[in-house]
Amino acid sequence: MKIKTLLASAAMALGLATSVYADGHEKTKVGFVYVGPVGDGGWTYEHNKGRLAVEEEFGDAVETVFVENVAEGPDSERVMTQMALDGADLIFTTSFGYMDPTINIAKKFPDVKFEHATGYKRADNVSTYSARFYEGRAIQGHIAGSMTKSNIIGYIGSFPIPEVIRGINSAYIHAKKVNPDVQFKIVWAYTWFDPAKEADAAKVLIEQGADVVLQHTDSTAPQAAAQEAGNVITFGQASDMGQYAPLPRVSSIIDDWAPYYIARTRAVMDGTWESKDTWDGIGAGMVGIGEISDAVPADIKEQALAMKTAIADGSYHPFTGPLKKQDGSDWLAEGEVADDGTLAGMNFYVEGLEGDIPQ
Amino acid sequence: MDLSVINPILLFAALMSAATPILFAATGELIVERAGVLNLGVEGMMIVGAICGFAIAVETGSPIVGFLAAAAGGALLSLLFAFLTQITLANQVASGLALTLFGLGLSALLGQGYVGIKPPRLPDVNFGFLADIPLIGPIVFSHDPILYVGLILVAAVWATLKFTRAGLILRAVGENHDAAHALGYKVVRIRTLAIMFGGACAGMGGAYISLIRVPQWTEGMTAGVGWIALALVVFASWKPWRVLLGAYLFGGITQLQLNLQGAGVAIPVEYLAMSPYLITIVVLVILSADKSAAPGSLGRTFHASS
Amino acid sequence: MIRLEKRPQPSRTFAYLTPLLAVLATFFFGGLLFAALGKDPVASILTIFWEPLFGEFSFYYRPQLLIKGAPLVLIAIGLSLGFKAGIWNIGAEGQYIMGALFGAGVGLAFYPAESFLIFPLMVLAGGFGGWLWAMIPAVLKVKFGTNEILVSLMLVYVAEQFLASMSLGLLKNPEGFGFPGSRNLQQYDSAHNAEIIVGSGMHWGVVAALIAVIFAYVLLARHRLGFAVRVTGEAPRAARFAGVNPSRLILFCLGTSGLLAGLAGLFEVSGPAGQISIDFNVGYGFTAIIVAFLGRLHPIGIVLAGLLMALTYIGGDIAQSQLGLPAAAIQVFQGMLLFFLLALDMFTNYRLHFGRTEAA
Repeated sequence: MKIKTLLASAAMALGLATSVYADGHEKTKVGFVYVGPVGDGGWTYEHNKGRLAVEEEFGDAVETVFVENVAEGPDSERVMTQMALDGADLIFTTSFGYMDPTINIAKKFPDVKFEHATGYKRADNVSTYSARFYEGRAIQGHIAGSMTKSNIIGYIGSFPIPEVIRGINSAYIHAKKVNPDVQFKIVWAYTWFDPAKEADAAKVLIEQGADVVLQHTDSTAPQAAAQEAGNVITFGQASDMGQYAPLPRVSSIIDDWAPYYIARTRAVMDGTWESKDTWDGIGAGMVGIGEISDAVPADIKEQALAMKTAIADGSYHPFTGPLKKQDGSDWLAEGEVADDGTLAGMNFYVEGLEGDIPQ
Repeated sequence: MDLSVINPILLFAALMSAATPILFAATGELIVERAGVLNLGVEGMMIVGAICGFAIAVETGSPIVGFLAAAAGGALLSLLFAFLTQITLANQVASGLALTLFGLGLSALLGQGYVGIKPPRLPDVNFGFLADIPLIGPIVFSHDPILYVGLILVAAVWATLKFTRAGLILRAVGENHDAAHALGYKVVRIRTLAIMFGGACAGMGGAYISLIRVPQWTEGMTAGVGWIALALVVFASWKPWRVLLGAYLFGGITQLQLNLQGAGVAIPVEYLAMSPYLITIVVLVILSADKSAAPGSLGRTFHASS
Repeated sequence: MIRLEKRPQPSRTFAYLTPLLAVLATFFFGGLLFAALGKDPVASILTIFWEPLFGEFSFYYRPQLLIKGAPLVLIAIGLSLGFKAGIWNIGAEGQYIMGALFGAGVGLAFYPAESFLIFPLMVLAGGFGGWLWAMIPAVLKVKFGTNEILVSLMLVYVAEQFLASMSLGLLKNPEGFGFPGSRNLQQYDSAHNAEIIVGSGMHWGVVAALIAVIFAYVLLARHRLGFAVRVTGEAPRAARFAGVNPSRLILFCLGTSGLLAGLAGLFEVSGPAGQISIDFNVGYGFTAIIVAFLGRLHPIGIVLAGLLMALTYIGGDIAQSQLGLPAAAIQVFQGMLLFFLLALDMFTNYRLHFGRTEAA
């Protein structure tokens, strides 16, 4: 107890304590609403890691709370309200389906800050944040295109939504750049998380000749399937999936919410929090690129790292013209860069991809 | 579109593996239902089996011990259901649903320390040159041992039901528990054993997912397979070989739709995904003409004095 | 030697006593579980059961009990009629989905026109959708004698796929940037099932649930059809002699339960949930089966059981956030509660007999 009091007064001395709050609590309270269980090893697991990072960063100056397995709809509204009533200063709602509930509850609690992941509706006390995963996809596409021998790259999609389609396009553009003969086979699993089905999808793609499998679903099942098949490379998704390195997993895209969660918590603590739309990528550290393993030849690894640096410092944008849409119509002229609006709502394939986006 | 990329041999080999969890669970449930008990807790027993098998396999380093533990875990959980429905005579539908709820929660609690771990692998059975026979090799001789256990299980259940006294008694209890009781059979004891057998099979099926098909542990990983198994028993009209056929059909449709997608065929995935259930309903209707198909006492509570 | 003996009449004392005993037993074993997880057992149980009802913020949670409980009660009332007559509809989840899809579909078809007629039309469509989905097992049972338990269960999965297809296709919000899910009906006044008194939790679904409870009570206690339901469940053969038409009863029981489940879906999608999405259904249809049994298939009992279930959901979420209890522990706790309620219910209809077994 003593240490706690000490730390609290120390925090006060540092001006971190938020005695401005009407109800007089001193700790900054941060709530997290999760759509899945923290044990899913993927999406929710990574958000929870971000929460733990916040706790570690601020120690006793913050208190974090979370509720897992919260259904989208009225249940999520209730959980948000409950957190707000219990004195939360900042609430992260970590699923697209919480969009309207977040806006509804934010109206009722103008003094509480809300952060909604992957949505597009904002308010004075609602920010949105999302990660430019397509930047990581570009690097994956480059490695995939360079390393495939069968020229067939398998892609496991979750749902045909802009987020996923962006990833497919980005990976394809960069695979095609280094390997004009490359062909993408896309399988929609219609689930974010169903290990058995993801494993099946990976096996099917491998049987149909793919020697690279990219996944936009969250379990490690495709990695295990690739390992068993042998001679197939994969990339970790959401978390590093490093237990499958160096083969089949040669690199990964990591959702790293920790820097953002820490920054936003700090902003609430020192009173500088403002509503904004954050769409960060490799540069800000929201998208992590997992270590490229030694299974990747040195020159390809070097190129991939160079691309990572260029994307991070802003000198290269993965969607840079000339690019055409699948139907052959022009999309981006030479040197032109895609605007965020188009990217956010992307519902078309780029030229060269086969098949239709399911409706 | 290029259908030639679909290799029917590999497709069949893959669907055998995909169908095995359903096969185990459905075969177990078949025995339970043949004894006149409807246990809707299959999903709960499967997921508990999945984590028991996974945890024990990781701790001991032996997948086989893991499978045994999965069977034990499933059977143990099913004892709860047996107690509720056979001793305290609670309603079977409600008890089964409660069992699923309980099992999902329990498995998540047990599995907290096992997320992100790789379990020990169970190698495929080495059939030597047999595996190189064209066509037959990949389909028949290239699987893990548990898959063969599943096939043997179906055969054993079929033979037991058809040829043995135990099978006869089981069916008698399921057809008409009052008559079976009058003949001096211990209805409650027989049903309890059947329920435990069902639990053990479901547990094995769950462990097949967490140890072989996926292999990893994550909460809720059975993702509704237990409910499919329930459908399958009906589809099979309570006959073991038809369970096998049905499991391949159910597993096969998923495999086929993924294959067709990979080949670039634009298919309405949702409508294909609902087709097994629609087919099951059609089969049910056809079967209803044959009144002997369903066990007569299915789902009814038995009490000796009534 | 202990054995069970059927009571000539169900015991009234035990009918009231067993739920209480079950709750106490759950407190005890649940407390052990929470203690094993390193949490204060008393605080945990108080948080789940006391906080929502009498805690600091009960003004907010009490209305939430209505919102969470209403669909459970509405569906369970319909199911209980069938269950009493030995007609087993376990596909309410599917009927709930179809009700929501039909109702929301009608509402969205009129978008953006405003008229006071739209919401009543949606209610009709929602009820019809659920009724239609329940009529499939009903007609198959009447025509071919097909087992309704299994057909209704299969149709849940068909409905779920249909829901996914609709949220990705036909009903997708054209202004939703390609994300799955329909327009939000909360933002479409004519289609919005708003709270009748703001902050009270009373929306039309709650009203419908209350009407259904009264309707079921009167039906069972006074009406000839209620008599038919009861006698069919208790003595099917006697029912024939009493002139009960089994086919008509099947159509009535399944139809009514489907209708009510469909209405529950419609009121949910147009009110608290707001939109059709892939994960729109959250298992009310299955939980309602448990609620129906916990309420002993009696209308008043169902109301109490529905509120009890709602309480454990709401209190469970509070306990997660305030005490850091994992969601899984809450699930296990709920499972325990159900087990004890189901198991102890035995004492209502049976009594323990000590002594040697006599010849029957």
